[in-house]
Amino acid sequence: MSGVDTPGMIVVGASLAGLHGAEALRLNGYRGRITIVGDEPHRPYDRPPLSKHVLSGELAADATELPQRADLDARWMLGQAVIGLDRHAHTIGLADGAVLAYDKLLVTTGARARPWPVESGGTLGNIFTLRGRDDAARLRAALVAGPSRILIVGAGLIGCEAASCCRSLGLPVTLIDPNLTPLARSLGTWVGGVIADCLKDAGVTYRPNAQVLRFEGDATGRVVRAHLADEHVVEADLVIVALGAVRETGWLKAAGLMADASGLTCDAACRTLDADGAPCPDIYAAGDVARWPISLYGDRLISVEHWGNAVAQGGHAARNMLAPADDQRPYDHLPAFWSSQFGINIKAVGLSEGADTVAIVHGSRASRRFLAVYGREGRSISAVSFDQARWLPAYAEAIRIGGAFPPIRDASDQDRIVSGLPGFPPPRRVSGSQVSGSQVSGSHVSRSDEARHA
Amino acid sequence: MTLVPQTIDDAEVPLRVVVDLNRCQGYAQCCFAAPGVFDVRGHEILFYDPAPPRARRGEIERAVHACPVRAIRMQAEPGVTQ
Ligand SMILES: Cc1cc2nc3c(=O)[nH]c(=O)nc-3n(C[C@H](O)[C@H](O)[C@H](O)COP(=O)(O)OP(=O)(O)OC[C@H]3O[C@@H](n4cnc5c(N)ncnc54)[C@H](O)[C@@H]3O)c2cc1C
Ligand code: SF4
Repeated sequence: MSGVDTPGMIVVGASLAGLHGAEALRLNGYRGRITIVGDEPHRPYDRPPLSKHVLSGELAADATELPQRADLDARWMLGQAVIGLDRHAHTIGLADGAVLAYDKLLVTTGARARPWPVESGGTLGNIFTLRGRDDAARLRAALVAGPSRILIVGAGLIGCEAASCCRSLGLPVTLIDPNLTPLARSLGTWVGGVIADCLKDAGVTYRPNAQVLRFEGDATGRVVRAHLADEHVVEADLVIVALGAVRETGWLKAAGLMADASGLTCDAACRTLDADGAPCPDIYAAGDVARWPISLYGDRLISVEHWGNAVAQGGHAARNMLAPADDQRPYDHLPAFWSSQFGINIKAVGLSEGADTVAIVHGSRASRRFLAVYGREGRSISAVSFDQARWLPAYAEAIRIGGAFPPIRDASDQDRIVSGLPGFPPPRRVSGSQVSGSQVSGSHVSRSDEARHA
Repeated sequence: MTLVPQTIDDAEVPLRVVVDLNRCQGYAQCCFAAPGVFDVRGHEILFYDPAPPRARRGEIERAVHACPVRAIRMQAEPGVTQ
């Protein structure tokens, strides 16, 4: 496997998880061939700044190329989409007809922004989604052109970050979401209410419990207004659709793997599963595209669409790719993310899904500086900090060991712990064609998945 | 087929910096070491330039070492990734 004349390792998807996977192959001593294929024409770059400093104009869209190990010694094939996988022949097919053989494959094709449906106005001009740096460059140019009103559909992390940027540029913004508050799916409405207050102070018009049915264009085909389910109309000449992401698994359709629009299913060791649920010893997956049983939360199948997971899982999968079959270590991950919006640094650890209580253990919601812990059946399952990051590691530890809720009471600076119902919207049905077998109850930890129009 | 050479050897090419903001605690040691590259905004939002000019290399190396949680990564040139 490590000989130079063997096909070597192929990484499909040249971004965060793919780069970290390739680097980890080298770090773990692999000296054979590494080929990294990516359909974007760019070297791996960082996405988090796109919805923050790139939209605000502080960074250029092409400024975020990621550092990489100098000894990576990989063959880069960029601007090349992979369109098929033949597991039995051990080959992948490229859009230009080329066929590449592999010894082992790492799938890191991530996800793409969920587009607005064509039949309800999706092809009108000045409607944007945000996933890659080219999207960010286009959207930034449209913001600079000075739209008279921006409509953002979906108050998830990306929708809220975009709203924050647009307001910092002084542009009028309406933000629409089917839930009572922003970030309702990731943080619940109790904590989301703090962001609702921030939106109000920043001059964003927030329309809760609302759904866009369709967009209408003018004679030139540019969007001019949105029609809502409650029959209201919102005038807007620029729309940002922030409705979450669809996993990039279309190229695996005929591969006989457990894959659909919600992810590519893996076992705990990051090995992909075939249609019968058996692990493929030579095909691994990591990052946004992967869905795997998370031991900390009862082996529930999840995908984690956050930066830290792409880095850690890419590295872990690479380590297992080099290890013998009897030493495939399970991926043990505590999900985490950060966001910054309206001048607040938000950081979270753990999965809050299923929480029955949330308690403020430091600070207060009124001051917008606090640390909240989410509990379920007397155990701490997740925590979020608003401008209180220094407290978070201690709680992360408590969550990792399934500690009591609320945790480390003595360390709290509160006289009285304020708690409430977290206010999570009812779970959504998993979208896309279902995977075969019984493992369909996957959930997502998504960045911008709040609103659905259908 | 596009085969992109992978060396960074041009003096015009910027450095590459990324900070793991899950790890970062916002204590701002990096801002003292490399004030033109790192900046804490509000209470604890770390803003940084991911593509700083090569002339900043020494400062950023100091920031990499000053960071108590080793959250900063820089690529200066082939053979040196911190
Ligand atoms: C705007 C934005 C802001 C974000 N902000 C934060 C944040 O603040 N904090 C946080 O924790 N996370 C954030 N994230 C999430 C984080 O960036 C992702 O979790 C991370 O990028 C996932 O990395 P990945 O490598 O798995 O997938 P991706 O980064 O999606 O990369 C997948 C790559 O594979 C390529 N590809 C897909 N299909 C094919 C194919 N068939 N052939 C070849 N190549 C293919 C894609 O074009 C892409 O380049 C943000 C994401 C976005 C989009
Ligand atoms: S020194 Fe490290 S932890 Fe402190 S602000 Fe800079 S990157 Fe963050």
